[in-house]
Amino acid sequence: MAEHATAPESHDGEEGHHHDLPFWRKYIFSTDHKVIGIQYGITSLFFLLFGFSLVMLMRWQLAYPGEALPIIGSLFSDETMPGGVMLPEFYNQLGAMHGTIMVFLGIVPLAVGAFGNYIVPLQIGAPDMAFPKLNMASYWVFVMGGLVMLGSFFVPAGAAKAGWTSYAPLSVIETMGQTMWLLGMVFLITSSLLGAVNFLTTIIQLRADGMTFMRMPFFVWAQFVTSFLLLLAFPPLEAASVLQLSDRLLDTSFFLPSGLVVSGEALDVAGGGSPLLWQHLFWFLAHPEVYVLILPAMGIVAEIIANNTRKPLWGYKVMVYALLFLGFMSFIVWAHHMFITGMGQVMSTFFQTTTMIISIPSVIILTALFISLWGGSIRFTTPMLFALGFLPMFGIGGLTGLPLGLAPTDIPLHDTYYVIGHFHYVVAPGTILALMGGIYYWFPKMTGRTMNDALGKIHFWGTLISMNLIFFPMFIQGLAGVSRRLYDGGEVYAHAQGVIHYNEVMSIAAWVLFLFQIPFIVNLIMSMWKGKPAEDNHWEATTLEWAAAPSPPVGHGNFKTLPRVYRAPYEYSHPDFHDDFWPQHTPPEPARQPASV
Amino acid sequence: MQIPYTVAPRPDTGVYNAKIGVWLFLASEVMLFGGLFSAYIFLRVGAPAWPGEIHGVMYARASEILNVPLATLNTMILIGSSVTMVMSWASLAMDRFDRYKLYMGATILLGFAFLVVKAFEYGTKFEHGLLPAEHNFLAIYFVLTGLHGLHVIGGIIVNAYFWGPGAKMWKTNPKQFTNRIEIAGLYWHFVDLVWIFLFPTIYLL
Repeated sequence: MAEHATAPESHDGEEGHHHDLPFWRKYIFSTDHKVIGIQYGITSLFFLLFGFSLVMLMRWQLAYPGEALPIIGSLFSDETMPGGVMLPEFYNQLGAMHGTIMVFLGIVPLAVGAFGNYIVPLQIGAPDMAFPKLNMASYWVFVMGGLVMLGSFFVPAGAAKAGWTSYAPLSVIETMGQTMWLLGMVFLITSSLLGAVNFLTTIIQLRADGMTFMRMPFFVWAQFVTSFLLLLAFPPLEAASVLQLSDRLLDTSFFLPSGLVVSGEALDVAGGGSPLLWQHLFWFLAHPEVYVLILPAMGIVAEIIANNTRKPLWGYKVMVYALLFLGFMSFIVWAHHMFITGMGQVMSTFFQTTTMIISIPSVIILTALFISLWGGSIRFTTPMLFALGFLPMFGIGGLTGLPLGLAPTDIPLHDTYYVIGHFHYVVAPGTILALMGGIYYWFPKMTGRTMNDALGKIHFWGTLISMNLIFFPMFIQGLAGVSRRLYDGGEVYAHAQGVIHYNEVMSIAAWVLFLFQIPFIVNLIMSMWKGKPAEDNHWEATTLEWAAAPSPPVGHGNFKTLPRVYRAPYEYSHPDFHDDFWPQHTPPEPARQPASV
Repeated sequence: MQIPYTVAPRPDTGVYNAKIGVWLFLASEVMLFGGLFSAYIFLRVGAPAWPGEIHGVMYARASEILNVPLATLNTMILIGSSVTMVMSWASLAMDRFDRYKLYMGATILLGFAFLVVKAFEYGTKFEHGLLPAEHNFLAIYFVLTGLHGLHVIGGIIVNAYFWGPGAKMWKTNPKQFTNRIEIAGLYWHFVDLVWIFLFPTIYLL
């Protein structure tokens, strides 16, 4: 064990003190990054389930348009589902809020808030985040944003209905739910900003002795770039939200053009604004946001793959450079979401070129992960199954994105189910599989117990298969020209008739997907108390989070003495070492080596 | 266990935690105001004339609506407050706590003076019925200066805390207190800098 780093003198006194913290300081308003990470994790898993429930309701309407939803339908009010039949307005609320909740309240807080918070300080050998109080604040601001979003369902005329993108001018003339949406976004953006400042400072300042940038695990790199994206891409959306709030509350016309006619009547506003302005500001955030969703997932997959192939990641440095390049490029591709807005040929040409360029680093990272499998003696553990599932799923998601990045092919595909299929492949069977893998991988460190393998494998296969059954038919429907956001799934359109029957298959697959999450939920809860006790270094891994013993690591400090780092993050099966894993903090011991051979 | 580098700089990066934290925060603020300035450019480029016709009166330039002398005064006030802010930090670095109190007090008062002038400017606009809903020029003027005003208020609150109750730290941990003033100063200079961009963009161009 590395005992080189000197612990600050106050260490012993502090430790005794922290055991006396009252319950609410220890578990509710905690400043310990591990507790905050778990708070983020539980909250975001709840929101993932909630956002998923919204879409399960929508899928009933898509599979059986206009039919009453038995039993569950009777629980809803007459303003949403009278007699169990969903109203179009309610369908739109569900659609807008499904996207918003899954992205901003589900995946980002799970990927960054939960995993980032819990794992990053451990992996760099830090006692906590750089600003623990700020960390707590960012969690509670996030909770407030979540509550505002949930509360918006109960205001007059319900939640936001203008889609998760909130395109103007529709969003400006929307009902009160949209104001709630904007307020909720301001909270969520503020929370992300506080978090991003904290992560970046922590990674730059609190790396342990010897933990140079090129010795950081790939997961930390992924969080580092992600934080930069959150830091720099979110504020323009905050600006846009302020402008839209002003349009809604002060009757300004930032996004309202002159001469706008709504329901046959000219709107009484000054005009002179531009709906395109909203789209530019929105996508300036929302494209980097896509990478906020995917990069932490890639980080998790890299950790799991290195650990389970028992060999170093192939091309670690190239992956890091690709990551940095990806982060930079993600700021100059946003308008590929806007090819059909009439913004002009020059703009389209520029943005389709940058979009083709940004696919290169993604392919580099994915390829490096694939090559990392080559020649490894792979352990097919549950987390590894999820990581292996991620690779082809993200591959499908990425490759189907190429036609959307080029203006000529995007124009017919735009706003069809093809787009929905594409980004869901990236986010659902892509990111969510990786995040699930991350839960199975780090659960032993977080709780000191292991999750059940059999249940984990049922969860994996069920999830993988049903997700594909949901999302693959979307490509077929989209290529046939079925538009997204149709209340009846396209039933009234002649061109949809050949592919409309897929809706039922997809809906049943969505409900089956829910059933396959039950073993996961049972596993998660049961294993916290009843799971097999885990070793300190359960997966025989090399990175520092496993050096923080016991599991879970001690509160407020993580390490008994701060570790010192001697080598690269993934020294598996190194010829100079007796074990097949050589932890980063194990000091070189040349004298003892012959004895152990 | 204590978090390292809260006061002393980390040798290889050369900064203490909060300093890098505030620089990152300011980077995000640049993007926030950058987004709003971009919106300004976007709207202005799309408009047939700027500011154009408001209440049936044609305005060829912004200075015909906005009060340039008052804004110039406010520019001077803010630049002055930046100077006193530096002086308050320098006083602490030179171990002169009494002069710190004086300069920090002056910074706070100048911040208030800025707000008073601004409020006066807003008041005249409201009197003449020049409300944000009337025209996009007025809308972007009120949103940009309003958001900047909120930043000034935030800065005054922070400075007032360090002038009053927060100053107790000088007795227990003078080094950290000096760092805190440096950081508050960085933020205050940024708010000043935003105004330096805002003033010509909105009032003069």
